This record gives sequence, structure tokens and C-alpha cells, in this order.
Amino acid sequence: MQEAIIKRAKELLADGSVNRVIGWKKGEFVYDITPAVFETAEEIDADFVYNELTSANVSKYLVKETKKDGKVLVFLKPCDTYSFNQLTKEHRINRENVYVIGIPGGPKLDVEKIKAKGITGILNITNDNGTLKIETLYGEETMPFADAVSTKCENCKSKKHVVFDELIGEDGDITDTNRFEMVEKLENMTSQERFDFWRDQLSKCIRCNACRNICPACTCEKCVFDNPDLGTDNKAAADSFEENMFHIIRAFHVAGRCTDCGECSRVCPQNIPLHLLNRKFIKDINSLYGEYQAGEDTTSRAPLTDYTFDDCEASIVHERGAE
Amino acid sequence: MQRIGVFVCHCGTNIAATVDVKAVAEALGHEAGVVISQDYQYMCSESGQNLVKDAIKEHNLSGVVICSCSPRMHENTFRKAAAAAGLNPYMVEIANIREQCSWIHKDIATATEKAVILGRAAIAKVHLNAPLTAGESPVVKRALVIGGGIAGIQTALDIAEAGFDVDIVEKSPTIGGKMAQIDKTFPTLDCAACILTPKMVEASQNEKIHIHSYSEVSDVKGFVGNFSVTIKKKARFVDELKCTGCGLCTEKCPMKKVPNDFNLGLDNKTAIYIPFAQAVPKVATIDPEYCIMKKTGKCGLCSKVCSAGAIDYNQEDKFVEEKYGAIVVATGFNPIKLDKYDEFAYNQCADVVTSLELERLMNAAGPNGGTLLRPSDKTHPHKIVFVQCVGSRCDDSKGKPYCSKICCMYTAKHAMLIREKYPDTEVYVFYIDVRTPGKNFDEFYRRAVEQYNVHYIKGMVGKVTPKADGKIDVQASDLLSNEQLHIDADMVVLAAAIEPDKTARPLATMLTTQMDTNDFFTEAHPKLRPVESATAGIFLSGACQGPKDIPETVAQASAAAAKAIGLLCKNSITCNPCVAHADELMCNGCSSCEKVCPYGAITYQDKEFRMPNRTIAVRRVASVNPAVCQGCGACTVACPSGAMDLNGFSNKQIMAEVDAICK
Repeated sequence: MQEAIIKRAKELLADGSVNRVIGWKKGEFVYDITPAVFETAEEIDADFVYNELTSANVSKYLVKETKKDGKVLVFLKPCDTYSFNQLTKEHRINRENVYVIGIPGGPKLDVEKIKAKGITGILNITNDNGTLKIETLYGEETMPFADAVSTKCENCKSKKHVVFDELIGEDGDITDTNRFEMVEKLENMTSQERFDFWRDQLSKCIRCNACRNICPACTCEKCVFDNPDLGTDNKAAADSFEENMFHIIRAFHVAGRCTDCGECSRVCPQNIPLHLLNRKFIKDINSLYGEYQAGEDTTSRAPLTDYTFDDCEASIVHERGAE
Repeated sequence: MQRIGVFVCHCGTNIAATVDVKAVAEALGHEAGVVISQDYQYMCSESGQNLVKDAIKEHNLSGVVICSCSPRMHENTFRKAAAAAGLNPYMVEIANIREQCSWIHKDIATATEKAVILGRAAIAKVHLNAPLTAGESPVVKRALVIGGGIAGIQTALDIAEAGFDVDIVEKSPTIGGKMAQIDKTFPTLDCAACILTPKMVEASQNEKIHIHSYSEVSDVKGFVGNFSVTIKKKARFVDELKCTGCGLCTEKCPMKKVPNDFNLGLDNKTAIYIPFAQAVPKVATIDPEYCIMKKTGKCGLCSKVCSAGAIDYNQEDKFVEEKYGAIVVATGFNPIKLDKYDEFAYNQCADVVTSLELERLMNAAGPNGGTLLRPSDKTHPHKIVFVQCVGSRCDDSKGKPYCSKICCMYTAKHAMLIREKYPDTEVYVFYIDVRTPGKNFDEFYRRAVEQYNVHYIKGMVGKVTPKADGKIDVQASDLLSNEQLHIDADMVVLAAAIEPDKTARPLATMLTTQMDTNDFFTEAHPKLRPVESATAGIFLSGACQGPKDIPETVAQASAAAAKAIGLLCKNSITCNPCVAHADELMCNGCSSCEKVCPYGAITYQDKEFRMPNRTIAVRRVASVNPAVCQGCGACTVACPSGAMDLNGFSNKQIMAEVDAICK
């Protein structure tokens, strides 16, 4: 797959159809791959990589890249296309300046899950029919592929590209995974248990802002948490409880716009399951306003910024609170 | 730093009985920026207002906090007082220590503490207030009346009389509503048609009134003085302008088995029909569910006999858009469905009817030509049982919790009319209470009992059982003599509860007006503003606001008209200066605000911005038209970056209030 992608990227650069390519770049180690912009075939040959470890969603980089001159080529996994559509819908991406090639997605690996098995000094990782062969400084180790699958890929919502100009490989279907299982578990807790769960999780937060910075729904010109004029910027820092509220507020801000790409949890250095907050909103929106998948298209009205006669009455909050 | 004056009202004992007003004034006097803090018995009185005015001048106040009742009540009073003393009216804030404090607390210490907190929040807000100036917006001199029953007709006639154009939108093919189906009216027993139909004709002939019959309101945009309404004119497959109402088509139509809804399904009509002889507009309508031509494409008889060439089988729904300054809701009521009342055998026995069905059975234009006959075998009934409160005053889920108000009187009317016309008929009325508060109402009821010997029995009917011989066994209890009764009745008449028309709720949503849990429209104030809704420019007429008889409906209809005329008389109205505005530097251009704006006040444009390093960037940013914005604030909460803000209710002000409360 990597070869096909590189070949097509170089072709499009060579014939001048695009000026830049957004993809993934090798790092110092085999697993520290980062999103990157490539401008020449040489750069691509040297560093471009696409494998089981390229899990980053690159659509958010287009907010800046499509405002520049020239055309950008972007490779999008199925889940990334949802973010792309959502950003297009919000006029954050200039669609005319992008050429989208859909490529097959995950499941991707989470190297932390490999490290958690005590495997260190990783030099190379290969997938041999469901078994990971991990070459390390201390010899070869193996583990089942499934045990190292990234959390964001465990409940894949779709293998279908909702937007593309061309495809490499086959397009898939929307998958029916049980992605609300954990949310249901949380809902079934008593309010005290749930409070304790989230206090426990959120108190780990070090406010590195990685979740916000990676989130394709967080593309504000100026984030409310960075804006001294709003009077909200220093609120979250007031005490440890308000610090926890940062994530709740962020979940509210992306509600109805979050495509459930899972990047927030993937990048969290403290392994806080932030995606569960967003999934709770998605689940509630689905049950209150009918099934809705943000980013599925660029035209439909989002339930929270739309209004229909069938909308639930405001009293639903009260009724549900009484449960 | 603002110079703030705090004024704490006792509201007689309304506030002072539960809140230690002196302690509140004392505590708030120590807040930063407060230069004077006083209490007074009635702050809204002239001397109370003078206290505020004098303080503004004497202490050179730049902001005022009134701790009193809800701002809905007296915010305007105090804004005017401030303006009279030379202070910008928008520098006044109300801390609601009555509805939100004294009325809901019993403990003086708790209520006093809360009153101080509410006062602090208002002070925190005033610190961030800025003077605002209200603009003006023009008033469209045309009214819309939704519903063409007696309420809608009366409202329209009164508005037209004052010289304003008025449109009636009626969902059925004719105006007239429920009153057109009624035979006689209490307490004078004059014929409903004789007093209604002249009004219908008057409405149709008045050149200021335009009737959209067989039409519905499908969309409402805009605001007081400037509503934009889309009216859906349903296809009636007959050209309204050509049809002369001669009725030849209805005679020739071969499809004669269409349940006649005007007679509540008690007889049949043809697929092309005119609801009744006095219909306005007198225009035929084709029911496409039954029309042979519409269903099979073969027939066309009506088209052949129509000399006016009015039949148009291909007619489609039409949408017209019209601007209005005021809207009057007159959507009326319906009797509830009695499907859930198996104990009264309504669905099992044709001779168990509702009171409205009885009206039709007794009406000269009804299915029996005015002779009261049993629907089952067309024989004359000799024993009739009336059951009151079927579905009214119910505490179960089947019925309505309220009293339907009109049933006691129309049942007395029915009983009296039957005894008058058919003295050989025995009439029983089972009741919980007989409620007759109205002019000449109790006299009317007593006449039924004393003069016409109607048997009024206090008690409820437990079970109605149709028997094989055609009689109906009515099992009931007489609560006064403590006896169980069995009556062999020929007919049973159920006084079904009334409920608002089903179209009312979606309409309320379109109009952004409030409804109560029973779907009756909520008035702006139950005592002092009974015909206005809480939404400016929307008025309430008739039973859509609550159960009403005809005289009350007409009175309210005229009152609603008066309110609408009062609005239409003005050339312009003062706008609310609390409008939204966008901070272009923070705007993402995402269109969330544009999508939620109910007034269409927000547009987007690509604008050039000077960026760092002498670069220029083109960014898509929102802009608000302040003349159209109504300050609802939907955009400010939809905006993810906080770029949208509302004058007078800025994010910062609200945050300051919250902070003051949580401190």
C-alpha cells in the first residue's frame, strides 16, 4: 500500500496537479510517526510512510494548508474523511484547494499497548497473519495483533470513505460496532460512581492541551481557553475541580460536530478515555434527535443547530435527570 | 468604577415577610461600587420611583440595581424612571427577589441570604453594563388571523373595522368552525346559524378581509411588526375564483359514500362537496381520497356538468408568502376522542353519541332534518341519559385534568330542547357538579330542572351496556340517595371533554409562543394580559387559550383584535437594543450562528484582514443586521469560539453574575 501511495503522490506532484502532499513521516523510531507536509519527490522518497502505525488523522492540517497558495494532496483513511467533511461543512477547509485520495484505514496499532507488555527497545514491528513480530534490542518478541490495536480502532464506525476524488484500494462499508458499550456502562452507574469515575480519570489531566490541539473539531481562530477577553480563559485553572471541567466544556463545544475519530484519547499522554465524553453526546443526540453522524455529508443540518417539529421538548432533560 | 445605587423593595409583605429587606440593603451597601443602598415599601409606586430618580441625581449614579419582583413585571417601569432622571435605561438591572426568592422560601434566614446573593449578581452585571440606544423598526399594517371559527371571524371583523387589512387562514374548506355545527345557543336558545352566518357573510364581503380557506400556516419568520408567513393553500381541485357554488357537481358526483365530517360521520356526502349550505367561501372541494377521477383517472362527471369550468383535477398545493404586523391565534378546540372509554360503549353502540353529534342530530340541516331519531334504527328515543364530565376533571391518563366549562350549560340546553320538542321523552343527567357561573346561566339550568322536569342525578355512570333488544342499560350511582340505578335508555349522550385543536402545538412551535401541559396557549399574564401571548405581536383569541363558551370567546376575540389594532396603529415600534454582534477577529466562519438564527439576521461575507508580517488574509466572517436581530441569543450559545456576543447580556456579564453567585 505504501508503494502505491508514494507512486501516486509523486505522479501528482510531477504533473503539477498538486503542490504539496500531506501524509505521514518517519520518526527517530519505527513507531514515532508524525503527520507532515511534503513538497518534493525527494522528501517523499526519504520519509513518507504508511503502515499499521500511521494512525494520525491528518484532515485538520488542511485548515491551514488550504488557505495557502496552490493545491494540496491529502491521503485520508475512511475515518479521516468524516473529519474532512465536517471541516468542509464548517467552511474551515477550502475544498477547491484539496485533492483527496481515499486509502484503506486501520486497524492501527498503539505502541503503548506493546510497551505495556514489557516489550522495550523496539526496532521493528511486522504483522505476520495476526501475530506481531517485534524486533527489539534484546531479541524478537511476539504478541497477538489484536492485543495491540489502538483504542480508536477497536470500535471502528466506518470503512467507507464519505468523500474522495480518487481511491487507492477498495472502499468499505459503514461498520456496525458496539461503540456505545462503555457509555452504557457509565450510564448505568449511580451518579456518585460516575462522578468518582470521571474525577479519577480527569484528575490525571496535566492540561497539555494535546486533545484540543489534535481535535479536528477544535479549529477556532482563538480558543475560548486562550482568550483573555472572554473571562473564561483562566476559569479552568482556578482549582482542580474546574480544571477537570476543561474536558467537559470541550465536549460541549464539539457536541454535534465531533465525528468520533478518537484522536483525543489517542494522543492523551495520561490515557484518559476522553472519547467517552464525546460518545455520550453522540449517543444522546442519536436517541433524542434520530441517528446522526457528523461529517457524513457536507449539507445536512446538525441536530443541535437545527430545528424540527419532532425535536424533543426541553423537559426531556428534567425527565432524564429523574431517572 | 460605576457608581451604583441599590434599591430594595418590600413589595408590601410579598418580599418583606420572608426577606429581611433592611439586612439586604445593608449587606449590598458594602459591595464595591455601591454608593447608596436603600429599602422602601413599594419601589414601583410614584414615591418609590422618585426615590430612585432623586438618588440618581443626588449621587450621580451611573448604574442602578432594583431588588424587587420579576423584570417581566417592572423592568420597564424602572428603566423609564432612570431615563427620566437622565440615566441610560439600560444601566438598570433587576434582581428578582420576589418570584425567585421570597415566594419560594419559608425560612427568613435562607431567603435573606439568597436575596443578598441575587443582589450581588445584579451588581456584578451592572459593573459591566454599557449604555444602549434603541432603534426603531416599521410595522406592517396587516394582520393574520389563524383559524376561521367565531373567534377568528370576530377578531378579523374588528381589525377590518379599524381599517386594517386582515387575512384569515382556515384549514377546512369553509369558515364558521364549531359554531356552524351547533344547533341552538345557551342561555337564550337562539339559533347558532342565524347569528353566525351573517358574520361569515360579513367577513367574506368586507374588502379588508381576505379568507384563505382550506389553507394552513406552514412557516413563520420574523418578529413583532414584521412577520413573514408562508401559507399553504391546499389543492381543492376546484378553481376558487371560477366556482359559483351552484352545487350541481355535488348532485351529479357518483361517489356518494364519503363520511360527512361536517355531520361528524353521521351521514354521507359526495366526493366533491360543499360542507354546508351557508359555507363561506361557497366553493366546492374535491376529496382526493374518494374521488373516482383522482383515484382511477376515469369519471370526470363534475368537470362535465360544471358550466363555469372550475374543476381542475391537476391543481397542486400552492404556497403564498405574506407579511404581517400582528398575528392572532384562534385555532379553537375539538371534543376528545372517546376510544379509551369502553365503559360508555361509545364504539360499540351507535346510539351512544357525543354532545356535538347530538347537535347535528337535532339540527334542521343535520342528517335527520332536525327530527331527533336514534342513529341505529331511526326510531324516536323515549329515554335519554346524559353523562357529564366524560374526560373532564379526570385525574387519570385517559382524560383531561381541567373542567371543560361549556358542558354543564350545553347539556342543560340539550335536555331542555328535547323536553320542549318531545315531552314524552324522559331525560336524565348524571353530573359531578353543575357549574353555571355566567350571566343568566343558573336561571337557565334551574329552568331545565324546575320547568322542564329534567332528572338531574348527582353521581357518575359506571357502565353502559347495549342490550339485544336495542335498549341501553345504564348503570349508575345516585350519590345523594346512595342508590345503585339501572336505567333502560334509548340513547346515551356523552359530554366529551374539549381539547385544543391538534394543529395548535406545531403552530405554537412556529410562532415561538408558550403552551401549557394541556396544549392551551399561555397568556402573557393570567390576569393582566389575558389576550396576549408572551411573544410580542402574537395574540390569543377564543378556546385556543382555554375552554370558553361563545359569549366569552367573542369577548376575547374582540379584546385580541383591540390589542392587535393597538399595534397596527403604530408606524414603528421601538427595537430592542440588546442585539448580537460578531467579533470578526475571532469568527471561524462556521455558519453555526446563521443556522440557528430564527430571524435571518446573520449573513456571511469574505473579508480582507491585515495579518502579521504585512500579509492580507481573506476570511469568512459573520455579520449581524441589528435591525432584524431580536436579541434571542441563540447565536451566542451556538458560536463555538465565543465570537458572537449579545449587547446587555454579554458572555462576560453573565460570567460575572455566575461568579458573584458562586463566590
